[in-house]
Amino acid sequence: MTAQSTGQVAGAGTTKRAFLELDELKVSFQTEDGIVRAVDGVSFALERGRTMAIVGESGSGKSVTSQAIMGLHSRRAAKISGHAWVDGVDIVTAPEADIRALRGTQMAMIFQDPLSSLHPFYTVGKQLVEAVQAHGEVPKAEARRRAVTMLDRVGIPNAARRVDDYPHSFSGGMRQRAMIAMALINNPALLIADEPTTALDVTVQAQILELIRELQVEYNMAIVLITHDLGVVAESADDVTVMYGGRVVERGGVDEIFSRPSMPYTWGLMSSVPDMEADRGKRLEPIPGQPPSLINLPKGCVFRPRCAYAQHVPDGRCDTERPDLTPVDEGHDARCFLTLDQKRTLAVKAPGTEEVA
Amino acid sequence: MLGFVVKRLGAMVVMLVGLSIVVFLLFSVLPADPARLTCGKSCTPDVVAANKVRLGLDKPLTEQYTTYVKGIFAGRTYNEGQGVAEIQCPAPCLGYSFAKQAPVTDLITEAVPVTMWLALGSFVLWMAIGVSGGVVAALNRGRWLDVALQSFALIVYSLPTFFVGLIALIVVIVQFGLLPYPDYYPPTQDFPKFFDTMLLPWLTIATASAAFYVRLTRTQMVETLGEDYIRTARAKGLTERAVTVKHALRAGLTPIVTAAGLDLGLLLGGAIIVEAIFNLPGVGRLAVGSVLDSDLPVITGVTLVAAAFIIISNFVVDLLYMVIDPRVRLS
Repeated sequence: MTAQSTGQVAGAGTTKRAFLELDELKVSFQTEDGIVRAVDGVSFALERGRTMAIVGESGSGKSVTSQAIMGLHSRRAAKISGHAWVDGVDIVTAPEADIRALRGTQMAMIFQDPLSSLHPFYTVGKQLVEAVQAHGEVPKAEARRRAVTMLDRVGIPNAARRVDDYPHSFSGGMRQRAMIAMALINNPALLIADEPTTALDVTVQAQILELIRELQVEYNMAIVLITHDLGVVAESADDVTVMYGGRVVERGGVDEIFSRPSMPYTWGLMSSVPDMEADRGKRLEPIPGQPPSLINLPKGCVFRPRCAYAQHVPDGRCDTERPDLTPVDEGHDARCFLTLDQKRTLAVKAPGTEEVA
Repeated sequence: MLGFVVKRLGAMVVMLVGLSIVVFLLFSVLPADPARLTCGKSCTPDVVAANKVRLGLDKPLTEQYTTYVKGIFAGRTYNEGQGVAEIQCPAPCLGYSFAKQAPVTDLITEAVPVTMWLALGSFVLWMAIGVSGGVVAALNRGRWLDVALQSFALIVYSLPTFFVGLIALIVVIVQFGLLPYPDYYPPTQDFPKFFDTMLLPWLTIATASAAFYVRLTRTQMVETLGEDYIRTARAKGLTERAVTVKHALRAGLTPIVTAAGLDLGLLLGGAIIVEAIFNLPGVGRLAVGSVLDSDLPVITGVTLVAAAFIIISNFVVDLLYMVIDPRVRLS
């Protein structure tokens, strides 16, 4: 299962567009210290029914990308260029009213911290009813009935009673279920899940992911899953986009990425994941250094300052030149100067990668 | 929830009792002698001494206090069995003003409606102007409208009330004769006249307060607009108006309600300067007049009533917390 949906977005406009299609999406913010290039040219395509995982550290631009798809950045604060088509509507240029009509109905979003993402002063039911009524005249009783049905569907026990409870009286997992219910109550075709399980207990994490997978099938949704947890990626994603410093550094089908990760940053991510069987007694190997400042990106390869393999590239190209996203295999690209042979030999030595597959 | 209300109610009663004791003690140690005030120019040491006995001022303080409290609940008769004309002071009796020849309660109940109309009118004005100004400023944060609103608020806030009031009086009424000369007309008798004469007092109080609420609301809104649930509200496709009012403003309401309640309570105890400028016979003017006359029973009564307004508004604010924030109901 390679990714037919992750190929170069070439000839967009002539061919039929994917349900969600990003083309050289760039988001930058003007700050007092300078321009923050939070997202610097992200492209991918995603059809309904499939899941794209965006992986990266904090500050890699994954959340900024997802909020740009929802059109949630203030146009005053953020400078956005490129394209983000959702069902044929370019979010980058569409009028605010059109985007608003899409939110909730075509695209919806759930967030990392369900407690802070729900309004503390309104009951869960009221917040769901509000989501229904934001898109058309629905009588309150009818909206409420839909809210109860949806809460029941996402596995909230006693939904008819709990609908009148406030978010603070729900547990963490229940709150995330309520968030999912609210996101899906208008039957959107695209769900963006921004670290949906990060703030939850491990046992609850699995349940929430399972729920999202079930609902994906039921609603035939496209899902953009933002995470830094490779375990989540392996379980849920069809395609993977690895982001670093606001750019895509590697992308491909999930099996491809896990069996043949093709750039040092991805290797680093994989070796930062604990493996219960193989790594017992072995220390985890974090990627040394800090993510780059998005105001002042290093010259040459953005990952160069933290890369342990740059000496294998001749002429110090990593210090002076930015690598392009180049094909490793069909539907699998990486941004690295290492040759395919080097990648193969080095990847085996790279900690953690040999066990993954 | 009921427990919360009962507890607050209890606290309010305790505070009122404590307050009355403090006020009573405070005024009993003042050098002004109430016994002297009963006879004015005709005072002789003998008369003063006799009046002292008649007023019960020779009794220990605790007994004087209980008499006073009893008067509030059961009424009180002055000069009882003294061989002079008896003075009835029906409950709730807050004392008798010999200077004005009237029960303190009557003086206060005449003054309270005036102050109440003044306070309520300006309250509505300043809340409407202040909160909407603050919301607009927050939504335009960093842009010229925000800067303009904030600068304007700062300037208005730093103008003293007596200055704004006097200028308004001189320009609008004296110079251009746009409104009738200040006087008080009860709204039940002549509403248009009431409105015309109250307009400037309302505006005078409202300007300074509105400026404060612009800044307070802006601060709150800027904070809540950055919250995660605002992002959620947008993500579900709500209009910007609903996001602003129902989500951001609602979440930032608590400090605004707190300040508003206390300000209103304070104002109900009398707006001394504005009442003086605009010739309104409210609680503030009653207090000032009584201080000038050393009319202790009235001063005591006004102080008690003003403080009671603050305590009661505090209680109401506490109740409103429960309406605003469901988390308060549980704790």
